[in-house]
Amino acid sequence: MSHRLDGKGRLIDRSKQLRFTFNGKSMTGYEGDTLASALLGAGQSVMGRSFKYHRPRGVVAAGVEEPNALMNLGRGGRFEPNQRATTTPLFDGLTATSQNHWPSLDFDVGAVNDMAARFLPAGFYYKTFMFPRFAWKHVFEPFIRKSAGLGQSPTEPDADRYEHAYHHTDVLVIGGGVAGLTAARAAGAGGAKVMVLEQTAHWGGRAPVDGGEIDGTDPETWVNSAVEGLENAQNVTLRPNCMGAGVYDHGYVLGYERVAETTPGDGRPRHRLWRIRAKQIVTATGAIERPLSFPGNDVPGVMLASAVRDYVVNWGVAPGKRTVIVTNNDDAYLTALALKAAKLEVPAIIDVRPTLMGPLAEKARKAGIRLMSGKALVGVKGKKGVTAVMVSDLEGKASPEAIDCDCVAMSGGWSPVVHLWSHCGGKLTWDDHEAIFKPDPTRPPLGADGQAFVATAGNASGAMGLAEALADGHEVGRQAAKAAGGTLTRKAAPKAAETERQPIKQVWIMPTSAGPDKRMKMWLDYQNDVKGSDVQLAAQEGYQSVEHAKRYTTLGMATDQGKLSNINGLAVLSDALGQPIPQTGTTTFRPPYTPISMGAIAGEARGPLFQPIRRTPMHALHETAGAVWEPVGHWRRPFCFARTGESDHEAVNREIVNTRENVGMLDASTLGKILVTGPDAGKFLDMLYTNMMSTLPVGKCRYGLMCSENGFLSDDGVVARIDEQTWLCHTTTGGADRIHGHMEDWLQCEWWDWKVYTANLTEQYAQVAVAGPKARKVLEALGGMDVSKEAMPFMTWHDGTLADIPARVFRISFTGELSYEIAVPANRGAELWEKVREAGAEHGIQPYGTEAMHIMRAEKGFIMIGDETDGTVIPQDLGLHWAISKKKEDYLGKRAQERSFMASPDRWQLVGLQTLDGSVIPDGAYAVGEGRNANGQRNTIGRVTSTYYSPTIRKGIAMGLIHEGPQRMGEVVDFATLDGTGTVIKAKIVDTCFYDKEGAKADV
Amino acid sequence: MLILTCPYCGVEADETELAPGGEAHLKRETVGASDEAFEDYLFRRENPKGVHFERWRHAYGCGKWFLAARHTVTLEVYGTYPAQTPEPPKDIVAAIKKRLPEWEGRG
Repeated sequence: MSHRLDGKGRLIDRSKQLRFTFNGKSMTGYEGDTLASALLGAGQSVMGRSFKYHRPRGVVAAGVEEPNALMNLGRGGRFEPNQRATTTPLFDGLTATSQNHWPSLDFDVGAVNDMAARFLPAGFYYKTFMFPRFAWKHVFEPFIRKSAGLGQSPTEPDADRYEHAYHHTDVLVIGGGVAGLTAARAAGAGGAKVMVLEQTAHWGGRAPVDGGEIDGTDPETWVNSAVEGLENAQNVTLRPNCMGAGVYDHGYVLGYERVAETTPGDGRPRHRLWRIRAKQIVTATGAIERPLSFPGNDVPGVMLASAVRDYVVNWGVAPGKRTVIVTNNDDAYLTALALKAAKLEVPAIIDVRPTLMGPLAEKARKAGIRLMSGKALVGVKGKKGVTAVMVSDLEGKASPEAIDCDCVAMSGGWSPVVHLWSHCGGKLTWDDHEAIFKPDPTRPPLGADGQAFVATAGNASGAMGLAEALADGHEVGRQAAKAAGGTLTRKAAPKAAETERQPIKQVWIMPTSAGPDKRMKMWLDYQNDVKGSDVQLAAQEGYQSVEHAKRYTTLGMATDQGKLSNINGLAVLSDALGQPIPQTGTTTFRPPYTPISMGAIAGEARGPLFQPIRRTPMHALHETAGAVWEPVGHWRRPFCFARTGESDHEAVNREIVNTRENVGMLDASTLGKILVTGPDAGKFLDMLYTNMMSTLPVGKCRYGLMCSENGFLSDDGVVARIDEQTWLCHTTTGGADRIHGHMEDWLQCEWWDWKVYTANLTEQYAQVAVAGPKARKVLEALGGMDVSKEAMPFMTWHDGTLADIPARVFRISFTGELSYEIAVPANRGAELWEKVREAGAEHGIQPYGTEAMHIMRAEKGFIMIGDETDGTVIPQDLGLHWAISKKKEDYLGKRAQERSFMASPDRWQLVGLQTLDGSVIPDGAYAVGEGRNANGQRNTIGRVTSTYYSPTIRKGIAMGLIHEGPQRMGEVVDFATLDGTGTVIKAKIVDTCFYDKEGAKADV
Repeated sequence: MLILTCPYCGVEADETELAPGGEAHLKRETVGASDEAFEDYLFRRENPKGVHFERWRHAYGCGKWFLAARHTVTLEVYGTYPAQTPEPPKDIVAAIKKRLPEWEGRG
């Protein structure tokens, strides 16, 4: 039974007791505890249920590699699932609940899966997809959905705030263990600007627990003085609680800093995401201990040997009273000695190696521990906690001896943490002596200059001894400083010594002769419940690639991404395939190293800061007038101006009727306005537009279409000729930046010798459209310009002064009514809006919004980019032949429009649609024709592109692209509805223009 | 995230400041081109595992288009140069050959 030890624990402060709850039960721990150490200290060793079989699980590790102890933390807006208890710092008031069980942690109905384990082998999900067909939908899917999944999703918006920070440095050291600190000292001494990230709150990594001697003192003292030295160095920045999450192209690194996790609501950001550019990166990320695969290795109480030692030394917590050690290497002996030093029982060390002669073995013998050489652990007794282990010879042939215990400390050796080295392409090599994949320094990640920009230091390099690790860290730090523009320090590496180690023996499963029954109880991946038998099955079924075997078995696919299971899984797969481990290789390491919060990724970009909002100069006036807003690109435009008691729909209809009968005003400021000028501007615009712009006389306006080189319609708008070599091109609201970029692309990259300049003036002008039969009266009331038909005919423009504001007035119309668009300097926009409203009052002027604008243009049969076009429509499809010059030799899109399928009449083409019963066709509805397709659905012959209720003709009107539509005038076609009943709406194919076909109203 | 130096303003720009524009040094085909030549121009693009010439725009900087020679696997950048360059300049080709003597030029 786990419990707190008296007087021990280097990281906890016993004077500060903290209260927390676990599954509603109140518990206490100390400042400095992790949630896992506090739970163990409180005697809670079962911390969750497994993913697939719902087996009770205890904590296995003491760090980021923990697969089992995943918790739901917090409540409401601070609820977060799948948090590792081992890396969650305890704080007063923390609330945690365990996951994956129903109804309770102690009694879980889903554990029945465990008994059915025989029927849920590797790849069983895939097999359920195959056969029988009905079973997936009705049997397997509901069952899997109910039993699978980790924690619950939060249901409330995150109550905390997050931020991003940016940093540039010469050398970035990831990992604040003794190798990382040594590298940072050497790089700093070489004059480089250095930043050090450490994922925990403590410096020095494992060294203070594992012991040895550095520069004649104990590691903890050395670490304290090294950190002090680095803190005092002007060119070094230390960031504890900050994990190096990922290494990306050209020295880009994400750091994940946990700022205020233990003080929720204190106003500071909960997490901070560091976006770092480093010239050189040193990953001193240490190593992670591997479990051993033996039957029952998932019973709560079976833990990594290093984790057992950490809990005792760091937090003064004993995972058990009697701990059996099982190992294939010397490192676990440190755990045995640490337990003995804490006056805990160690009944035996079970070591697979035949002879145990090294100094650590001697120390253990002297401490009175029974050493069992050449032995294997072949069984674990107990369900919710270990009660005994069974020991036999390595092959498991001898009749087993039972040893009573309540904890098993296992060690399968150590694997360097190579993740960050690998993220950006660093390659690995197999070291058979240490039984590790380690970085291959001859194949590093390369930067922009083709040189290495990542190096590893210490254990992460595969330098597994203390002295080696420090020497490696020092040299790597020196070289990193030089590569980043500094110098090679002449300071010497720290000198270290530790008890000599004997080599590891590569044993991956025990007993080595284990048959299927035993392998079914050997867990490789705890979190995903993948067993030795599953990997073997995958190999048998032909999954030879490690990447395929991973996905088939789900080995290494959980939130821990195989930090514990990877090498063991590879070893078992290699064995099953009868090939050496390096031939099997590893799966791909991808960032982030451990999961990072969604909040940190979003940073400040939420709520009002999610996206910049563009506001016209009249925005505040619209707000006051009760505008209903519609986002258009980054702009906000009034959708309509609803009055009290009026629905949006009623408001839109009122605005249309008033514009058609009296006069309306629209804020058109968002329209793109691009000035194109220069001696070759006319030639350029002739290439850009499908029609001729060079022949447009000064003072006149012309509607134009722009296509991409693919021939597809891309944007439209009215062009005004300003002077001999200047044109003003209006674009759609959403198209302004895109079209300006398009123009610059062709000018800079294709016709760079043409003398043309462009300027995007969109935000320099405010623009108000005044439309309706009484529009002229309103402009006359504003005064200052002759706006008569004679002085300013349709499709012309004039500069002048209107209501004492310098203005450019265009006589263009998107409504079909008599219409003026008045452009004034942006800072006079609000003033103009007010003056138009005042001058128009006696003529019944009302502002109208984008929806009224859309409907009025649809009544006129005018197209809208994005409605009638979708990137696959050419102008010819829309009946816009009149806007395509036949005289021009070339324009962008011309050659593409000659391609056989573009020129073919066999296309969907634009027509008007009028429903027989006057109803409105649903948005996006498809027209259905004769016959059915391979899926049994009715064949489609077209689709609706714009569909509205027209208050002008008091019926539903629409435009749509119909197969050979213009040849089918008067035909009735069926439009499918989505109500699921198969009913259709019948509509007659008519002309696209529903209102004032002759255009008499605009030209008065 | 790549860093490319804009040859116009000299800024070492992060990828987030740049907009990609696909393959560089395409020759525009237009009216009069055969279907095959035009299809080539519109749709066929190099996708090499190795040296590649690309168009980039310093979109959130000076706004200029420029070209970059880059290795698509190692992400090594051999150089950037103005968009008004019909074919890879000599110094860029030399920089590539220095690193990859066996490189045979643009595919």
